[in-house]
Amino acid sequence: MGESILQLQQIRKSFDNTEVLKGIDLEAAQGEFITLLGASGCGKTTTLRIIAGLELPDSGQVILEGRDITDWEPNRRDVNTVFQNYALFPHMNVADNVGYGLKIRKVPKAEIERKVEQALRLVQLEEYGKRMPDQLSGGQKQRIAIARAVINEPKVLLLDEPLGALDLKLRRQMQLELKRLQKQLGITFIYITHDQEEAINMSDRIGVMHEGVLEQLGTPNEVYYQPRTSYVADFVGNANILHKNGETLAIRSENIRMDGESVCTLDAVVVEKSFAGGQLRILFRLADGQLLTASRYGIDNDIQPGETVKIGWDAKDAVKVIDNDKDENQR
Amino acid sequence: MTKTKTKGNSRRRSGNIGLLIPMYVFTILFVALPILYLFLLSFLQRAQVWGVDFTFTLDNYKRILEPLYLDTFWQSLKLAFTATFFVALIGYPYGYFMARMSAVWKRRMLLLIMIPFWTSALIRLYGWIIVFRSNGVLDKILMGLHLTDQPLKLLYTYPAVVVGMVYSLLPFMILAVYSSAEKLDMSLVEASRDLGASSWTAFWTVSFRLTLPGLLSGVVLSFIPSMGLFFIADILGGNKIVLVGSVIQEQITKGRNQPFAAALSAVLMVLTSVMIRLYRKITGTSQLEGML
Repeated sequence: MGESILQLQQIRKSFDNTEVLKGIDLEAAQGEFITLLGASGCGKTTTLRIIAGLELPDSGQVILEGRDITDWEPNRRDVNTVFQNYALFPHMNVADNVGYGLKIRKVPKAEIERKVEQALRLVQLEEYGKRMPDQLSGGQKQRIAIARAVINEPKVLLLDEPLGALDLKLRRQMQLELKRLQKQLGITFIYITHDQEEAINMSDRIGVMHEGVLEQLGTPNEVYYQPRTSYVADFVGNANILHKNGETLAIRSENIRMDGESVCTLDAVVVEKSFAGGQLRILFRLADGQLLTASRYGIDNDIQPGETVKIGWDAKDAVKVIDNDKDENQR
Repeated sequence: MTKTKTKGNSRRRSGNIGLLIPMYVFTILFVALPILYLFLLSFLQRAQVWGVDFTFTLDNYKRILEPLYLDTFWQSLKLAFTATFFVALIGYPYGYFMARMSAVWKRRMLLLIMIPFWTSALIRLYGWIIVFRSNGVLDKILMGLHLTDQPLKLLYTYPAVVVGMVYSLLPFMILAVYSSAEKLDMSLVEASRDLGASSWTAFWTVSFRLTLPGLLSGVVLSFIPSMGLFFIADILGGNKIVLVGSVIQEQITKGRNQPFAAALSAVLMVLTSVMIRLYRKITGTSQLEGML
């Protein structure tokens, strides 16, 4: 990993007496792709706006390339944002939109033209310079918004759910494109999404946010296989959260065994069976009332609702996590 | 499901056309026909004693070209420009910032604009006489603060008329700008700041540019009436400031020359139509902001 370029230190922020950020610490390396993942209202957009300077934190520091920029105006920061609704200027054509940042900085006209052309080529929309934003499709607007931001060669690019408004197929395609673009430009990306697949596909590291707290920051592997808290386990891996002997365990549904192996020691009643997306999902109720889901590929399973079967899991698949619902202090 | 929905829609649409008929009848009866009558009248002659002589003539229009009347048009235009300028200067910031306020403050600011409408415009103008007259409210305040040592004698002067005009026309500008600024997407301003614009540059390149249709529509909505608001000039300007509106009114009441009044009105109407054309060309829209 490269050298550190952006640091957030103990960022706190409240709106109307509600604390939306409860001390966020984050460090991003040069050229890194970091995703802030969380449900709506978890504070991820506010974090992004604080980095951009569109919001001031109540306390804490934002440090870019070793300089404290916490109080800097947004226009002085070497950071650009791709907004959720694209925010393309409706009264300017595509070329003027893309060249806006350079024009503000009084870059010579010929150079602006050259760079705009280059930026449009980068997002594969060379022919669209003369179009107006309302003549573009959602995916095209998205690319123009990205071109408009990266043309300024920011140190850090902030992306606020940039693919949220696109349909699934286009989203998959844009994920790959964005990743390619990020590699090509070598710019640090701070990317926001509520889609864990997107986060896992694209990121070098994922920061899972929940109620204004950064629950875990780690590689997709770490977040998926070694969740630190029950929330992360549930949100990223859709894991079963089980309370046993005073411990909280996260076990993903594909790791629940019911094949008669020696680990299968628990009695479980089949509550419900469903088949979706090539996966059979079985909902069990344990003797102590806790529910858990097992999943299998295929439908070759002849157990029926109401039956009692023995289930269990390998010790390595049960990850000890901090329970968000129980223990606020341990975090 | 979809089918019944479409059906319901089309039925409602045909119902709409039926509902539009009264509007067309109203428009033809009370707008189109009177205008046609006005234009016809402007080509006729004044009868000796009373009424109109049905002989075609262009004399009414020739008479407008006389220096006296041309000057009246020029004075009216000048006053309308001056008034509109100050209306824009005060109304734009008011409307713009009102749109940025919280819902509660928006209602309060709107109320401030609406309250004057509850009283007759004429009565409110007489209020200005109390303010402007010699040793009136304004003089007392200025002399009390020792800013002036004698009455300014503002009543029946050009500035008094401008103030009266600005006062009467301000709501139109404010509402026009407000309705345009209300629609302004603040994320565009943020994007502009994010891309390196100072707050001032962001305002000029984004906010102002996108609320320009509101401002221009406010200009049209103030300029057009200000050409015809003769009673303001009469009340606050005495007989010193003569506007086209006053001439028209005089030609009908005192001069009993309806055809000439019609010709003056026709010219005024053409002038204002040109203004609206210009507005449409500049903004590329056909609708006036703030007009429902």
